[in-house]
Amino acid sequence: MKIAIVDYGAGNLPSVERALLKLGVETERAIEPRQLESAEAIVLPGVGHFAAFVAGLRERNLTGALRAAFDAGKPMLGICLGLQAMFAASDEAPGGAGLAFFPEQVRALPTNVKSPHIGWNQLRQTRESSLLRGIPSDAYFYFAHSFAAPATAEPTVAACDHGFPFAAVIECGSVRGVQFHPEKSGEIGAQVLRNFVESIQ
Amino acid sequence: MTLARRIIPCLDVDAGRVVKGVEFEGLRDMGDPAELGARYNREGADELVVLDISASVEGRATFLDTIRRVAEQLNIPLTAGGGIRKMEDGRAVLRAGADKVTVNTAAVERPELISELSQQFGAQAVVLSLDVKRKGDSWEAYTRGGRDATGLDAAKWAAEAVQRGAGEILLTSIDRDGTCSGFDCELTARIAQTVPVPVIASGGASTFEDFLAVYTEGRADAALAASIFHQETRSIAAMKKFLAERGVPIRLSR
Repeated sequence: MKIAIVDYGAGNLPSVERALLKLGVETERAIEPRQLESAEAIVLPGVGHFAAFVAGLRERNLTGALRAAFDAGKPMLGICLGLQAMFAASDEAPGGAGLAFFPEQVRALPTNVKSPHIGWNQLRQTRESSLLRGIPSDAYFYFAHSFAAPATAEPTVAACDHGFPFAAVIECGSVRGVQFHPEKSGEIGAQVLRNFVESIQ
Repeated sequence: MTLARRIIPCLDVDAGRVVKGVEFEGLRDMGDPAELGARYNREGADELVVLDISASVEGRATFLDTIRRVAEQLNIPLTAGGGIRKMEDGRAVLRAGADKVTVNTAAVERPELISELSQQFGAQAVVLSLDVKRKGDSWEAYTRGGRDATGLDAAKWAAEAVQRGAGEILLTSIDRDGTCSGFDCELTARIAQTVPVPVIASGGASTFEDFLAVYTEGRADAALAASIFHQETRSIAAMKKFLAERGVPIRLSR
């Protein structure tokens, strides 16, 4: 099996690649649509700014290919900003558009809590989740973000609270996303990636 | 559901080796950074910090390679810094596998560096390293490894750095560093209440009680220590158990 990791020009790809390699998965850095079309699954990692991220995808003509993959039901995993980009828009980039798989707007964390939300936090699972299969309900995951999609968003299967309840894990058909960093979340994070990989096979 | 307090071992690296400053003796070799990093990852560290303390150009040349070697061993976040002068230095550190980069001296000289790094890589990737000494009722920021006074009030400088896009403060008490007399909880609480970003306390840690104090009265989001972990006399797992039993939110599973 080959998984395409979307390379939009920034971001710490080696840690995601290393985490998947440990699970015996071959990865390829995708910089053009053709690579997404031939991949069996897609990982959309992301750090940095929402606007830069979406612009990076546009410059490489990857937005259309991602939409096509979504419509075709190709397995996809968004990580951190990669999850946020699946929504319509973000407070971080007023006027800019996301991939709009889901209609909600990504919000800035409120000023009554420390932002960025950095560190290990727990989840509140609200629905059946393939990514969280076999993971204890009190497990910790590593977060590092200043924006988040509201937990009221339709595909939310697990929420986390920091200022407001936000979508920590989303699942909608074959498309999934995690606001935390599974590649930085120890053995628990590795289990999340393993669950994703096993769901493809 | 609670955000856990983080325990962060720190590796001070010179020319590819972990070192520890020893009075009257200079630097003592504490081991290989990748080996120590792997051990801390295994023992349940919540994050790892690697700081380049090389005094020489030759020492610096190996730092990116050290980051690469350490990052390969980890499935937890890695922060790296020391001697970051410009945007490209930050980029190189992140490319080598670090998730966050720390800045100190160059940011005091040219605060725009913080804005530039933050706009490019996000606030979550930029850590202000703030070394301070007590001065009457407040604290003064120091640069160049604690050698140069800046005249800047620590709380004011921290607030400006956050305004410019720093996502975390690594706060070191120079007065306490190496004294084993505990974290400066008064200092940590003061800064933690001033800035809207997480504060990592550093300097003076010696016992489990020191960590308990800095998370409670010091209001620290995370606490960092170097040598107390290196000697294997105090394991991270034992410390976490101690803190959890006293009601501190701690990540116990790996």
